[in-house]
Parts: sequence; C-alpha cells; structure tokens
Amino acid sequence: MYIDPHIHMVSRTTDDYQRMALAGCVAITEPAFWAGYDRSSAQGFVDYFGLLTDTEPRRAAQFGIKHHTWLCINPKESEDIGLAREVLAEIPAFLDRPNVLGIGEIGLNKNSRNELVVLDEHIALAKKHNLLILVHTPHLEDKLKGTRLIMDAIISQGVDPGRVLIDHVEEHTVRLVLDRGFWAGMTLYPDTKCTPQRAADIFEMHGTDRMWINSAADWGVSDPLAVPKCRDEMRRRGHLDAVIRKVSFDNPRAFLSQSGRFAIS
Amino acid sequence: MSSPQTAAQVIDQYFLEHRAKALDLAAFLDRIERASDGAPVAGSHDIRVRALLRAIDLLRDGKPERARRLLELWSDQTTEPIAKAPMKGAIGAAPLPGAAPLSGAASLP
Repeated sequence: MYIDPHIHMVSRTTDDYQRMALAGCVAITEPAFWAGYDRSSAQGFVDYFGLLTDTEPRRAAQFGIKHHTWLCINPKESEDIGLAREVLAEIPAFLDRPNVLGIGEIGLNKNSRNELVVLDEHIALAKKHNLLILVHTPHLEDKLKGTRLIMDAIISQGVDPGRVLIDHVEEHTVRLVLDRGFWAGMTLYPDTKCTPQRAADIFEMHGTDRMWINSAADWGVSDPLAVPKCRDEMRRRGHLDAVIRKVSFDNPRAFLSQSGRFAIS
Repeated sequence: MSSPQTAAQVIDQYFLEHRAKALDLAAFLDRIERASDGAPVAGSHDIRVRALLRAIDLLRDGKPERARRLLELWSDQTTEPIAKAPMKGAIGAAPLPGAAPLSGAASLP
C-alpha cells in the first residue's frame, strides 16, 4: 500500500490508474502544472481546475484510488503577470471543493523577477486561507538558485515551513530544505531528477524524517510506477518494511493530513 | 539510517548497470567527434560537453559526496533573480566563462 503524492493524471491514461492500483496505490495528489503549452486565457485554467476537482476524482475512484489536488498558475506561465493575476482571482472559488488540499505546485522556473512576484502572491493566498503549499523547484542548472529564492520568499511571509513541501529535491538541495524546517519531496524521473537508486541513497545519507517520494508522472519522460519501484529498490538493499512504509505512506499521510481534508478511503 | 549493504554487495548489485553507463558516456563522446562537423571534445565550446568533461575530473578527485558536488558544479551559482525568463526549458549545465551561447534546451514539465 502506498501514496503517490505528486502525479499529473491529466496527462496519463486510464490504464495507468489500473496499473497503479494493482501495484498498491491507494491515494494520489495532483498539483496544477504546465500542460506543455501556454493557455491563452484565465478561462482555460478555470476549465483545468474543474477537471482537477471533478473529472479526475471520479476517474481515480473507479480503481479505488483517492484523488486530491492543489491549485495555482504554475511558474512557467508566470512571466505574464496580468494573466497570472486573473488566474489567481479564480482560485478562491475552488478552494471549498472537497479534494483541494492547498496551493501548488508553485515556485520558480527560470528564477525571473516576474516569477517571484507571482510566487509571492500565491504564498499570500495560501497564508490568507491557511492552506498547505506544494512547491515546484526549477529544473537542472536552475534548481539550486531557485530553491534558495523560494525558501526565502516563503519564510519572509511568515509561513510555517512545516506546512510547506519543497518538491524535486536532489543531493545538492535536500539538506538546505530540511535544515530550514520544510518537508522535502524526491521526484523519481528516469533522466532529469532522482532515480529510485539515488532516492534510496539520499534516504541513507539524510534520513527519512519529513521526506517523501513521488513519480510526478506527466507528459514528459516519467513513470507512474516509480514509487513502487523505489520501494522495491529499498527492499532489495535490505531496508526494513517499516522504513519503506514511512517514506511511501506514513510521511505523505502525515503531511497531507495537516490540510484537514486528506482521506485514504 | 545507513546503508544496510557491504561494499561488495553494492558492487555485485550495481556494477554491470554502471559499466554500461560508463560505456554510454564513452560512446556519446565518440559520437560527437564522429559527427559530420565533429572535432575533438577536449576543445569543445559547448557548455554541456565541457560540463561532462569537468564531471569526469570531479569523479576522480577522491573526495566524498560526488553526486552533490556534481550537481553544484552544473548549477547556476548566481543569487539574484534574472530580469526576464528567456525560455521555459533548461539545458543541464550552467554557463561557463568564455563558453559559446547555446540555443538548445529541453522543454520539461
């Protein structure tokens, strides 16, 4: 039994839900993200939020998987501040939907000034409504700088880091995130983030407190079964079942339960 | 929480996988040199190729935490936000002094 706390099922097939259920997935959370193309209006996001709060929960339920979500305009579409503010204005109307856990995945992409402005406004929205935050950290060469800027922005608004998960950490950012009191997520990607092997290494080096693993499976090179593959990697190394359960079930449940809305069944 | 395996067990379990990755890297560098406009990679101005060659040096320096240090080597070390995002993608290596500009970037979710 496991939770995949970050996956973009809008980009996945129903067969993936079926395979995840067979592998033991009981719950997922789906952050709003970049669809691979820029939406031309705020209405496009309204439609997307409808999918995240209505369509996907029903599709997941067919396979006994509980679906939760996070809302935002992602940093890749934040360079246009006017559009971003129109989308931000639409979000409060969805916050009462029962599967909404918080604001996410917000953060930075290329670490630009406009991205930071929109990030600040998302943080303020989360703080105003006392919502959890799920953070996307930038890709590749931009990750280290972006992770530092994001944490500074969150701390500067007085948000409790224990209610924020900084996702996509790797070897060079995990300690920075944990040392400042945030939760840390490791995304299991074949090429551009952590492999299951490296994630297991990071647990061995930095422990398992305030950490989770996720597939972040989407329209790119990714694997919706990455979490059970990491569990298997840890098992092959000889890690105890309780440790494996902690990083793939207990920890995500503990963080997400702070929302007051997360439920397994 | 430490590794439950001995060094021998780690090598037994993972050697062939990483032998293959080392061969892939060697073949990739050969492929660049065999390309229609290929030239010795040691003199490449492409920051991605230069980043890989610097990585090889780092792997052999005998110091610990190679993965962390490699990622730091490939990271943008500046601290201030940039004026405007020039693209959505990323290339995987931070620009080096004197390196030629690069247009290719992976579009990632």
